[in-house]
Amino acid sequence: MSGYNTIAFDAGRCTGCGECMDACVQAKSEDGDLAHSRIRIVAGEAPDTWELAMCRQCGDPRCVQECPAAALAKNAESGVIDWNAETCVGCLLCTVGCTYGGIVWDESARHVIKCDTCGGDPACVKACGEGALKYLTTSRIYNEFGDLEDLFVPGLAGCQGCNTELLMRHTLRRVGPEVVLATPPGCVPGMGSVGYNGLTGSKVPVFHPLLTNTASMLTGIKRHYQRQGRDIVALALAGDGGAADVGFQSLSGAAERGEQILFVVIDNEGYMNTGMQRSGCTPYGAWTSTTPVGREAHGKRQDAKNLPLIMVAHRCAYVATASTAFMEDYYAKLERAIEATHRGFSYLHVYSPCTTGWRFPAQKNIEVARKAVESNFVMLWEYTPEEGLHLTRPADDPRPIEEYLEAQGKYRHLDADQIAHIRRHIDENVELIRNLCARPAASPLPARTALT
Amino acid sequence: MRQTHYLIVGASHAALSALEAIRMADAENDITLVCRDDALPYSPTLLPYVVSGRSKAAFLRDEAWFAARRANYLRGCEVARIDAANGLARLAGGGAIGYRKLLVASGATPARPAIPGLADVRYHVLRTMDDAAALREALPCTKRAVVLGAGLIGMHAAENLAHAGAAVTILEREPQVLPAYFDATAAGLIASAFAQAGVEVRTGCGVERVEAAAGGCALTLGDGSRVPADLLLVGTGVVPATGLLEGSGVAIDRGVLVDDCMHTNVANIWAAGDVAQARGFGTQAKMLNGIVPCAVEQGRVAGMSMSEDPGIRPFPGGVRLNAYTFFGNRALSVGTAEEGEDCEVVTRIAQDARRYLKIVLRDGRLAGIFGINVGFDPGIMWELILRRIELGEAKARFLDDPQTTARALMSKRWR
Ligand SMILES: Cc1cc2nc3c(=O)[nH]c(=O)nc-3n(C[C@H](O)[C@H](O)[C@H](O)COP(=O)(O)OP(=O)(O)OC[C@H]3O[C@@H](n4cnc5c(N)ncnc54)[C@H](O)[C@@H]3O)c2cc1C
Repeated sequence: MSGYNTIAFDAGRCTGCGECMDACVQAKSEDGDLAHSRIRIVAGEAPDTWELAMCRQCGDPRCVQECPAAALAKNAESGVIDWNAETCVGCLLCTVGCTYGGIVWDESARHVIKCDTCGGDPACVKACGEGALKYLTTSRIYNEFGDLEDLFVPGLAGCQGCNTELLMRHTLRRVGPEVVLATPPGCVPGMGSVGYNGLTGSKVPVFHPLLTNTASMLTGIKRHYQRQGRDIVALALAGDGGAADVGFQSLSGAAERGEQILFVVIDNEGYMNTGMQRSGCTPYGAWTSTTPVGREAHGKRQDAKNLPLIMVAHRCAYVATASTAFMEDYYAKLERAIEATHRGFSYLHVYSPCTTGWRFPAQKNIEVARKAVESNFVMLWEYTPEEGLHLTRPADDPRPIEEYLEAQGKYRHLDADQIAHIRRHIDENVELIRNLCARPAASPLPARTALT
Repeated sequence: MRQTHYLIVGASHAALSALEAIRMADAENDITLVCRDDALPYSPTLLPYVVSGRSKAAFLRDEAWFAARRANYLRGCEVARIDAANGLARLAGGGAIGYRKLLVASGATPARPAIPGLADVRYHVLRTMDDAAALREALPCTKRAVVLGAGLIGMHAAENLAHAGAAVTILEREPQVLPAYFDATAAGLIASAFAQAGVEVRTGCGVERVEAAAGGCALTLGDGSRVPADLLLVGTGVVPATGLLEGSGVAIDRGVLVDDCMHTNVANIWAAGDVAQARGFGTQAKMLNGIVPCAVEQGRVAGMSMSEDPGIRPFPGGVRLNAYTFFGNRALSVGTAEEGEDCEVVTRIAQDARRYLKIVLRDGRLAGIFGINVGFDPGIMWELILRRIELGEAKARFLDDPQTTARALMSKRWR
C-alpha cells in the first residue's frame, strides 16, 4: 500500500469566507452555482467556527463497497476515489455509505458529485488565504523512502516502541551506500547495527569508535577518501551523551575545522543504553538512575545544555533540530544536511523519546515526541550561515507544559516549584531562539571549510 | 478434494467486504469464494437498471481484483449442503471443498407467497441476472402487467414496466407502499408519483387466488374483483438463503442467527448479509435487514472476526436505511419512524407536495429521518444514530436545517 497526497483542513484557521467553494465551482461547473461545490464549509456549533464536509478519499472506502454498479473505485495511482459517470445508475447508495458527506446528489446536474482533488492541483487549496486548507504531499516522501534500499540488517533489537530504528534505517536509506558509518557507544550499536557473532549489522562499512573520538576518526576517514577523489558521506549516528559530554571535544574540534561530516545526534536525554544515566542533555527535574528521586533529591538539578545552539555557535554549514513526530520535517532537513557536507560540517539533532528510560507506554512514543514540540519544550529550527536561524514548525499556540510532563513517568515527582522552573526555562529558551530568528546574518562569511 | 482455510459462500456485497477485511489481517491463508452464478460478481441492486437498460450488467469486481488479493473465485459453483461435523461444503455438481473457517454469505431468495394457484402459473421474480434478462426480454411484449408487493423490488419493477409502455397495477396487502421504510404520508407521495405515471396502485388488498388465463393469468382479489395480467411479477419480499445449512446444526430462526461478531452457534461458521439475522440497533431482538449497507458492514465484521483481527469493532446493530429513486425523485430513509411517547417528531411537507421531511428524535438524539426530494446526507445521519450523539444546543438548528447541522456535527465529532 502506498501513501497518497491529501487535502487537510484546519478548522482553527477557517474564517468561513467561502473562497474555496467559489474556486471549486469555478473549476468544476459551467454555471458557477455554489450547489455544485464539492467542498462544503458549514457554520459550526459555536459562533464563528467553521466545519467541513468533503470526500476524504478513504483508504477503505465504504462508498466503493456499497456501489452496486462498480461506478466508484479507489485509484491505486492517485489515491482518489474515481467516479465513473458511464456506469453510475444514480441509486444513491454511496451517499448512505459515506459518513463524511463526501459524495452528494447534485440536483441540477442530476448526478452525484465528489472531490477529485483537481487531478492533484486542488483549486480550493489555492484559493484559501487563511491556510485552513492545505494539500499535503508528504506521503510522497514515505513512498520514496520505501523504495530506497534498506541498508541495515533486518531484526535490529530496539526496545518496544523505540523510534530510533526508524530514524537509523531511513537516514541510511537516504544517505545511500556511498557512506562510512560511525556508531559510537549507545543505543544505535546496542541494537545491533555494528553486528554480532562476527557478522556486520549493515550493508555498508560501519565501525564502532570510542565515545571520545567519533568525530576525529570520521575526520581521518573523510580526508582519506577526499584524497582518493572519492565522494562518500562520513556519517555519525551518535547519542546525546557521547556528543554532548565525553565526545564533545572531538565534535567541537571537527566543527571548528569545518570537516565535511554529517553528524546526527539522536537525543533521548541520557545514557539510556547503559542503564539510563543522566547526560548533559537530560532536562532539569528528570528522573534518571543517577539523578534519583528520594527525600533529598528530586531528579536532575541542572538544566540541559542546548547542544544544537552550541553547534550554531560553531557556524557549521548546516545545523537543525528535528523530531521523530515530524518525519517530513526531518526528511527535508536530512536532504539539506547531506548537501551541506559538500561545504562543511553538518549537524542534525533529533529529539527522540525513550519509552524505557522516560517511563511511558510503548505506543505513546510519537505522542510524547509531538507534545514536546507542541509545548515548545523543544523547538524545531534550522540554521545556515547564509540564511540565519528560522523555525520550521513554530508552536504558535503552545500546549500547556503539564500535558507534556504528565505523559511521562520520569517527571511524576515534580512539585509546583520545579514545574515553574521548567516553564521559566522554556520561556527563556523560546525568547532566545526567537531573538536569534529575528536577526539573520547580514552579510555572512562562508561556512568554515576544512583546508584539505 | 480442494482444501481452503477460508471458504466464503457467495460473492456479493457481504462476501466481498469480508474478503477485504480478511486480507487486511491475514495475508497468507487461502481464501476461496464460491458463487452459484456462472459470472463475475454482481449486485442484485443493479438489476432494475439492467432491466431498464440504463446499466449494462456491470460487475462488482474482476479477475484481477481477486488475483491481487490471492483469492480463488469459483464461479458457477453451488454449495448444496454444509457438512459442519467434517468441515466440508458439498457441491451441487458433486465433490466437496474442505474448509477451516466458513462464511455463509448466500444472500436471500425471492419469497414465494402461499397464494392458491400461484405455483401453477408463470411469473417473474427479480433476484438474479437471469431473472433480469428474462424480465427485460418480456418487456416489449407486455401490455398488462401486475406487480405483487409494493416493496423496493416491486416498485422498481413496476417503474421498469411502466417505462416500457405496459399498463401496470401494483397490488399491496398493507395499507401503503414501502411499509418497511416510509410512513403513510411519504408513501402517499411516492404512490401518487406512480399514479401520475399511469401506474395503478392498489393498497390494502390481498390476493385470494391466481389462475391461468389466455395469454397469462388472472388474479382474484379479497374484494372479489379480478385483475388480468399477461405478465405477473412477484415481489413480496425475500427469504434468507439458508437451505444449504439444513441439518448442519447451525441455528436458524428466519435467517441464520449470529452474534455481534457474525458468529453462528457453530465454532467455525459465520454468516453475514441478507442471509443473517443479527441484533437490531438499540434492541436485543434479532432482525432481518436485507440492504446493501448492512451486508457490507456485516461482511466486514465477519471477516475481522474470522481472521482474528485485534482491531475488530463488533456490529453496532442493524438500522433500517434506504435510498430509493423513482421517476426522477429521491427518497431517503434512515432509522425508525416509530413515534413513541418519548419522541419528538417534526414533519414538513412542501406546497407542491413533491417534498417531504420527517425527523424523529428520541431523548434529544436522532432516531430517524426521512425525506423525499430533500437534501441530507444519509451516511452522516446513520452515524449520528449509531453514535447516539446528543443534539443538545444544536437541536433547533438541526430541526430547521438537518443537512448543514449534521455536517457540522460530523466534522467536529469525527474529524
Ligand atoms: C431488485 C433489487 C433491488 C434492490 N435494491 C436495493 C436498494 O436500493 N438498496 C439496498 O440497500 N438494497 C437493495 N436490494 C437488496 C440488496 O441487493 C441486498 O441486500 C444485498 O445484495 C445483499 O448482499 P449479500 O451479499 O448478503 O447477498 P446477495 O447479494 O444476495 O448475494 C448472494 C450471493 O451468494 C451466492 N449464493 C447463494 N446461494 C449459494 C449457494 N448455495 N452456493 C453458492 N453460491 C451461492 C449468490 O450467487 C450470490 O453471489 C435490492 C435487491 C433487489 C433484488
